[in-house]
Amino acid sequence: MKIPYFPGCSLKTSAKNFEISAISSAKVLGIDFVEIPRWNCCGVVSSLSSDDLMHHLAPVRNFVRVLEMNKTKMVENEKRMLTLCSMCYNTLKRSNQRVKNNPEELESINNFMYREEEYDGSVEVIHYLQLLDEIGFSQMTEKVKNSLENLNVAAYYGCMLIRPKEVGIDDAEEPEIFEKFLSALTAKPVAWNAKKRCCGSYLTVNNKDVVVDLAYGILNDARKNGADLIVTACPLCAFNLDNRQKNVLEKHPDFKTIPVLYFTQLMAIAFGLDEKSFGFELNYIKPNDVLKEKVFK
Amino acid sequence: MPKNKKIVLSSAKVRSNEDLDKLKEISEENIFSCYQCGNCSAGCPAAEFMDEPPHKIIRLLQLGLIKEAMYANSSWICAACIYCTVECPRGVDIAKVMEALRQIALRKGVNHVNIDKLSEKILEKLPQIALISNFRKFTL
Ligand code: SF4
Ligand code: SF4
Repeated sequence: MKIPYFPGCSLKTSAKNFEISAISSAKVLGIDFVEIPRWNCCGVVSSLSSDDLMHHLAPVRNFVRVLEMNKTKMVENEKRMLTLCSMCYNTLKRSNQRVKNNPEELESINNFMYREEEYDGSVEVIHYLQLLDEIGFSQMTEKVKNSLENLNVAAYYGCMLIRPKEVGIDDAEEPEIFEKFLSALTAKPVAWNAKKRCCGSYLTVNNKDVVVDLAYGILNDARKNGADLIVTACPLCAFNLDNRQKNVLEKHPDFKTIPVLYFTQLMAIAFGLDEKSFGFELNYIKPNDVLKEKVFK
Repeated sequence: MPKNKKIVLSSAKVRSNEDLDKLKEISEENIFSCYQCGNCSAGCPAAEFMDEPPHKIIRLLQLGLIKEAMYANSSWICAACIYCTVECPRGVDIAKVMEALRQIALRKGVNHVNIDKLSEKILEKLPQIALISNFRKFTL
């Protein structure tokens, strides 16, 4: 299956491990990510102002690229746009909904981008977890070579995968898609309280202390509930929960670190892929020890 | 807001206030739907770091006290996590109200984060996803 793939900036930089593990594990399932030509940054966060159309241009421009891919037969009648980063997913999806629900606004944007092909609202933004669910998580189970049955994993939804309700990939209050994913990979999902709690997001730039406190609470909750590691779909959460453990340790010397992986890294491990496709060099807290103990025995 | 500050209420304050009108326009939210149950603040992960938790910000706005709502650090601590919006039984999109408060301040020409003042050391360490999202919310 060939599908238009929107990487976003992080997957080419700080989250290369997210991309490499995703693409290589998708191949095992027969999914071919076709990178959208000339994609541009989505803007990371959705503009919540009603009078601000400008910030929806970037997402719409990307939707036009998907239409072009269909025209040039890079993909066959496939107007779904696949995202991995949950912030890209949210921002693109929210913009798409807004212009679909407001034809006048879409017209303004189309007029402004008169050199581009007109966007007709026909693209659908989806997240990789949704695609896997649609194909059937059980397909993954068949491909598992390294059992994760001894691995207790805390699925961290954070915010952007499930909020607001209109764009969430699952129920905003009781999501379970991530846990279903983990079970299909033969891992043990842990029940924990902080799975939907915000990590502090962009406050990490100018208000690090808030993020450090929030991360401390989230990480401890995962540990307290028996998690060996945490999985996420967000490069910003990954930075705040993984790299910021350095700052958590400075503040709380008795803190016990915990690895934070992208969910696709767990797929690559379970599918028995080459170590190169794990990309652990970009994970701050290394998962090697816990994997050696619980998976690669 | 200082604890013992006297709040003066008047209908004129609620009816004629340029910033308040702007807030309604930008957010498209009816702040008067709020019945002060406090659900938003109970779930807000950042409330403990705010001068005034989300439900109090809404209350201040209901009373026409937008200056006080803007004076509080709350909208600059809000991480736009949308938890409050999902939890509100009255359908108030509080995250949008917080955004409107930020926008009103930013549109007056004062950026909350001064990019020039961030040290190179900080900039180098941070991934672009953090920088772009921060600048999108805290600068114009
Ligand atoms: S949850 Fe909604 S109704 Fe309750 S205090 Fe907050 S804004 Fe008001
Ligand atoms: S969107 Fe802002 S105010 Fe609402 S719960 Fe999140 S941090 Fe708190």
